Amino acid sequence: MRIACPFCGERELGEFTYLGDAAPKRPSAFAADGAEQPDAQDLFFDYVYLRDNIAGDMDERWYHGGGCRSWLTVTRNTTTHEIKAVGAAPGAGAQKPAKAGATS
Amino acid sequence: MSGTRTGRISGDAAPLAFNDNPAADARQPRSVPAGTQSHRLSSGGQIDRKQPLGFTFDGKKMVGFAGDTLASALVANGVKLVGRSFKYHRPRGILTAGAEEPNALVELRSGARREPNTRATTAELYDGLAAQSQNRWPSLRHDVMAVNSLFSPIFVAGFYYKTFMWPAKLWEKLYEPAIRRAAGLGKASGEADPDHYEKAWAHCDVLVVGSGPAGLAAALAAGRAGARVILAEEDNRLGGRLLSENGEIDGKPLAEWLAGAQREIAALANIRVMTRTAVFGVYDGGTYGALERVNDHIAVPPAHQPRQRLWRIVARRAVVAAGAIERPLVFPGNDRPGVMMASAVRSYINRFAAMPGRRVALFTNNDDGWRTAEAVQRAGGTVAAVIDSRGVVPEGCRGLNLRLLGGVVSEVNGGVDGVRSIVVRDAGGRTQQIEADCLAMSGGWNPNVALSSFHRGRPVWRDDIAAFAPGQCPPGMVMVGAAGGDFSLAACLREGHAAGVDAAKDSGAKGKAGAAAQGEDEGFAIKPLWHVEGGKAFVDFQHDVTASDVKLAQREGFESVEHLKRYTTLGMATDQGKLSNVNGLALMAEATGRNIADTGTTIYRPPYAPVAIGALAGHHRDENFHAWRLTPSHHWAAARGAMFVDTGLWKRAQWYPIAGEKDWLESVTREVLAVRNGVGFCDVSTLGKVDVRGPDAGTFLDRLYINTFSSLAVGKARYGLMLREDGLVYDDGTTSRLAEDHYFLTTTTAKAGPAMQHLEYCRQVLWPELDVQLTSVTDQWAQFSIAGPNTRDLLKNLCDPAEDLSNEGFPFMGVREVSLRGGMRARLYRISFSGEMAFEIGVPARYGEAMAENLMRAGAEFGVTPYGTEALGVMRIEKGHVAGPELSGTTTADDLGLGKMMSKKKDYIGRAMAGREALVAPDRQVVVGIKPVNKANRLRSGAHVIPRGAAPGPDTDQGYLTSVCYSPMLGHWIALALVERGRERHGEIVRAYDPLRGEDMEVEITSPVFYDPEGGRQRG
Ligand SMILES: [Zn+2]
Repeated sequence: MRIACPFCGERELGEFTYLGDAAPKRPSAFAADGAEQPDAQDLFFDYVYLRDNIAGDMDERWYHGGGCRSWLTVTRNTTTHEIKAVGAAPGAGAQKPAKAGATS
Repeated sequence: MSGTRTGRISGDAAPLAFNDNPAADARQPRSVPAGTQSHRLSSGGQIDRKQPLGFTFDGKKMVGFAGDTLASALVANGVKLVGRSFKYHRPRGILTAGAEEPNALVELRSGARREPNTRATTAELYDGLAAQSQNRWPSLRHDVMAVNSLFSPIFVAGFYYKTFMWPAKLWEKLYEPAIRRAAGLGKASGEADPDHYEKAWAHCDVLVVGSGPAGLAAALAAGRAGARVILAEEDNRLGGRLLSENGEIDGKPLAEWLAGAQREIAALANIRVMTRTAVFGVYDGGTYGALERVNDHIAVPPAHQPRQRLWRIVARRAVVAAGAIERPLVFPGNDRPGVMMASAVRSYINRFAAMPGRRVALFTNNDDGWRTAEAVQRAGGTVAAVIDSRGVVPEGCRGLNLRLLGGVVSEVNGGVDGVRSIVVRDAGGRTQQIEADCLAMSGGWNPNVALSSFHRGRPVWRDDIAAFAPGQCPPGMVMVGAAGGDFSLAACLREGHAAGVDAAKDSGAKGKAGAAAQGEDEGFAIKPLWHVEGGKAFVDFQHDVTASDVKLAQREGFESVEHLKRYTTLGMATDQGKLSNVNGLALMAEATGRNIADTGTTIYRPPYAPVAIGALAGHHRDENFHAWRLTPSHHWAAARGAMFVDTGLWKRAQWYPIAGEKDWLESVTREVLAVRNGVGFCDVSTLGKVDVRGPDAGTFLDRLYINTFSSLAVGKARYGLMLREDGLVYDDGTTSRLAEDHYFLTTTTAKAGPAMQHLEYCRQVLWPELDVQLTSVTDQWAQFSIAGPNTRDLLKNLCDPAEDLSNEGFPFMGVREVSLRGGMRARLYRISFSGEMAFEIGVPARYGEAMAENLMRAGAEFGVTPYGTEALGVMRIEKGHVAGPELSGTTTADDLGLGKMMSKKKDYIGRAMAGREALVAPDRQVVVGIKPVNKANRLRSGAHVIPRGAAPGPDTDQGYLTSVCYSPMLGHWIALALVERGRERHGEIVRAYDPLRGEDMEVEITSPVFYDPEGGRQRG
């Protein structure tokens, strides 16, 4: 498999590490008003453990550890391994911080 | 492939004489002894008669020519018997002339270079080649295991499973070794391979697999257009079936056209030709695996050259012109030596000028087989008869003077010396015997669809060719010519050219591809004949699977093709069913009353051809099995005779033995005492080091660690603990604040890589809004821990006298940059892992060795002692500091006694999940110390903690010893352990139970801090 890193170009699979589904968003242990989130444990349980088993296109996190050390969002078909798109994580390669709550 | 069928005989059609009397032939080199090569033709073929090559087969000396394979040389020498079959030890001869050969497997070379299961049909002959037959004892002609054949009624499909079912535990020890002795292939040498193998990458626009007419046409078209082309050919020369057939392309004889094509390819710099290179697999993203047999054709590779090279070829497009494989017919006696594929007979005659027989009979169910009759006649041989199950002469063959018999071959008579006669049975059941010393058979052609099917592409059955053609190919691949199911020469040239043009266009090449070459558009007609009843008819020659085995499998309910394969082992030998699969499927279809398309094929998986493990390993063996990392003081330590230990990729000094010490324990004890009573130093550069910078660096670290770093004063260090998001401990280390927006973070040695990845994930994905940057500086700093009561004295000798190293000027957990004597700058950290008065000093990595020498000089007057990871470990256990064995991925911060560090005021990774019920349960196993009740006893890590008087078992297991050492300060063995409710049980006597070593002793649960519990020494 080959992944076209937006910073390094097309590289071989061995340079990358797979993390998994890019969809889950990390919840916060605190609510917006600063109080502890009462259902934090449930929210985090979902975030840490529950995953959809997608057959088809899936946005995934990959790490280019053998290259530029960027985290990437790779759209891959899980049944054919076809890679449809590769994007950088919001904080990857950035000179300036992304705005709060940025997602990709 | 069979691209060159023709009714005409081109070129010099004069019959060739047998080489019965070589001395009479003036062209015969004198060095060839008379009487050898009895079946060599006196002219023709693509061998060099001026280059005789001596070789041995089972010790017998023979001679062949340059250009021969081992198989063609054996044919030329009249050898019929080359091996014994796997299960029944039946005599077997050469069946094919290619990579699909199931019978002629030999052991090549000798000693450490011995190579079992080498196909004689692809082994190029070299001078001095030594080959041995396999699976026979004491000799090929007299094989005692041939008695297996007498018991063949019981050696049927599934025999092993049924007979050796119970008791199952005997399988490994008794049944399997016995079966392997009786039914086996060649033996590996058992010695280390003296040759080396390498790996390489190649990139191209168009990969062309195969160099027959279709492959050559594709390579020429794409090459002329300007695409970067790789042309991979498994054989040692280009041409594919063009080398074995007669016919014309563009009005020229095949050999002449081929020579011209090769000249043109050689002149095109954008075509890279890779001969002896088999493409064996297709992987995602247009990556192809290929094996180049760089030096398999000579006895010993030249110095510094690999035997084989494993290629990964990245191709934008691939044109696969892998040809087709001729299919055997399944009839009684079809495995006798002297029965040969019809196309192989043509190869031996036309390419190698070797005559498989003097009187050849031909058994076919299709037009293509008839061409073998022509070839035999042209070479001066006799065609005893053509047995065509269809009973008609094909149109193109009407002019030939051949004896046609409609019907089937129902019996083959002969033995170890080959075929003597065959019995032909007609539709009415009448039989007649025909004298012949060779029987050529053709059951049709199977397109070589393997490469199209590795991505779960399912081949599609075609009735017109009675074979499977490629289905959906992997992205970027197209199959052309015979591989695509189109067998005529014209189709091969046309499709190859078109595919080459298309692939070149796709890669942006704009040149002119020229016109496609023209060849004859001969037809191909076949009427399937799947099985002739009457006796043992082989489907899988290599695994001795017969037609009746397939029927038995069906009767016993193994009707799915995947079950058929596993129950009968059909297609599971080293040839992977190249010859047998379709016949097996057809028989199963017949037995179950389905058609072949509905019966389907088994899944194809790479590699297409055997690949030696050595080639896959490449240079990654022995000391190069993985990369090593050396610490900055490695060579200095090695020069002092340090013993090294592998820690991940690192080689770390484990201890430094000195003359007279009898074992490691004595050395380690000396090192610990030297540190605790004086001063010592240890290279700790392997710890992961990360530079964290930016205005939000403090906030970033607060979210990573359970404790707070934003409040850390500049010039101070703090111990930190990270959790995983699931609430369990991830890693620990000290982090220093060097400036308001600059931290220096350390990780454990083991987690240096993963932690960096984790940090980057947090920064780039979780909190991109934070203004912080991370740089891994593990390799940039040489760092030494200097420990012991004389540390400050040593440092005074090392540092600029102006540096204040007093307790006030440089307090515990202080950090700052200092000047060394001579003016060099270094970072100094007052942190301690040993519990002693200690500093860590960091200098640029290139000064690591010089720093080790300077530390020795600066500490000489105090008896400074370098110490290794063992002494480091002893001192941390004495102090109750947790490390790898306690940070096991199952422990919480509180289990480690660090629960109080968990901040309540902020969110951090793992905070929410760390509060889960089971992670805060009161009966968790927590870190304690362990002392033996009998102080003479040695503790063992891994020993289970169980209550006194309890029977050992899962119910009574309360934990285990994680880290164990001999404590020089206490004078006996001590341990850290994880023990249920351990903190409440200090003083309790339990047992350390170690069934692995048969030990069971009483031990006392204690505080994990054995030495200097008040911590006065490190603060002094
Ligand atoms: Zn990259």
